[in-house]
Amino acid sequence: MYVAVKGGEKAIDNAHQYLAEERRGDTAIAELSLEQISEQLSHAVSRVMAEGSLFDPELAALAIKQARGDLIEAIFLIRAYRTTLPRFGYSNAIDTAQMALDRRISATFKDLPGGQILGPTFDYTHRLLDFTLAAEGLGPAPAKEAEDTLEKDMPRVLELLNNEDLIEPALPTGEMDDAPVGDLTREPLEFPAGRDLRLQNLARGDEGFILSLGYSTQRGYARNHAFVGEIRIGEVAVEFTPEELGFSIEIGDITVSECETVNQFKGSKKVPAQFTRGYGLSFGHCERKVIAMALVDRALRWKELGEDMVAPVQDEEFVLSHSDNIQATGFVEHIKLPHYVDFQSELELVRRLRANTLEEEDQMEAAE
Amino acid sequence: MPQIVQETRRHWMGVLARANLADIEGCWEGEQNGIVYDFLRAPETGLVMVQGRAGGNGQRFNLGEISVTRCSVQLPDGVIGHAYVAGRDKRHAELAAAFDALLQIPVRRQEILSRVIQPLADKYNAAHDLRSRKAAATKVDFYTLVRGEDAA
Repeated sequence: MYVAVKGGEKAIDNAHQYLAEERRGDTAIAELSLEQISEQLSHAVSRVMAEGSLFDPELAALAIKQARGDLIEAIFLIRAYRTTLPRFGYSNAIDTAQMALDRRISATFKDLPGGQILGPTFDYTHRLLDFTLAAEGLGPAPAKEAEDTLEKDMPRVLELLNNEDLIEPALPTGEMDDAPVGDLTREPLEFPAGRDLRLQNLARGDEGFILSLGYSTQRGYARNHAFVGEIRIGEVAVEFTPEELGFSIEIGDITVSECETVNQFKGSKKVPAQFTRGYGLSFGHCERKVIAMALVDRALRWKELGEDMVAPVQDEEFVLSHSDNIQATGFVEHIKLPHYVDFQSELELVRRLRANTLEEEDQMEAAE
Repeated sequence: MPQIVQETRRHWMGVLARANLADIEGCWEGEQNGIVYDFLRAPETGLVMVQGRAGGNGQRFNLGEISVTRCSVQLPDGVIGHAYVAGRDKRHAELAAAFDALLQIPVRRQEILSRVIQPLADKYNAAHDLRSRKAAATKVDFYTLVRGEDAA
């Protein structure tokens, strides 16, 4: 039990003032601007937007600056901020097939309609520190430009398999498209959770946690034999239908990362042998996150596919209850706050138990 | 509103929502007619929950929110303009709503479409095309090595 304590106001004020000075660091060094953060630390901004569950690069940059680069603290700031704003409604579902692509790759098919586009990737770099970046003022050579833009029509890779009926359809037959969609920001999570709630939870879940769980499936804990069918990163339009208009309008573009896995499935009592799907989607440029998310999404579908539950990654109560780093850090870190009264009673208890034991020993000795 | 105008309106609202504030301000300065309007709804920032679909085209789910600023203005003759603009820029939403109102006046429409909307759309498309050409330069050309026994 946590019992409130009073006092310490002055020390707290001074600590926060000290924090502000430390955050700024040496004033002889130029201060970071929000534009510098959003332009040059864009993956940090992506992660804060994805797990803060709010697409707003400028706010994410501010949160990163305020949190001194502690991304979980920054995510906390974003989650707190969003509670101050009214909700205008829900968008139409984004159409990732219409994405303006920065990147699109497949590990399953070499020759794809539209081709494989590497985009601005860390892949195939040698992971050697680049000391030219330590020297200021040396701009990079401009990116090469092709003569033509990418083809407009880039079919989904998994639809190529779907055409042959070798993979389950994305929308299971009989499932209604206008089915209500659960929203974790409105109702507390209950089990069993539908795939809608699972995907929402994973999309805002901690990248490290999801990464480790995804890794566990590859190491044999509920192995699901995943191939990356397709990864897409780029911009999609957000459409919203305001009541006063009665028709949908585009309100802006967002950058998203998407991963679809193709998973081997030998069939079960319920379902014939075919490929199955895992799905990952997140705000920003979060490729690692969406690959891991797709692995975890697929593992959590064991019941619907008639598989056995054998590993932690399939246990939705375990996964969904521990994926949120703000809930996790709140509970883990709160034990550093004053628990004096609590601890006093524990202390009393242990002293009493020891005193009782000593008394009994004395009595035994006396009896002998 | 006739269907054809609604499609055009969807287009101009999308262009205004994506344009940057400095460009819209520049266009607004071009409105030298002393346009006045009242706020039906002063600029207000809120959230829209963005939905995705499992597998890209399957079951819907809530991905996360986006900050959005909306505004509604009314011209003296009663025409109402609306704006919903991603981000938190109140002035952006205000000017987008003002242009939306003006664009609904048939005698003004063509002129504003060509003076404001088309250049904004062109700028947006040019930036997108440039990005697309940079991505296209990273397209992988796979080839199969000719094996010894196949060589002529």
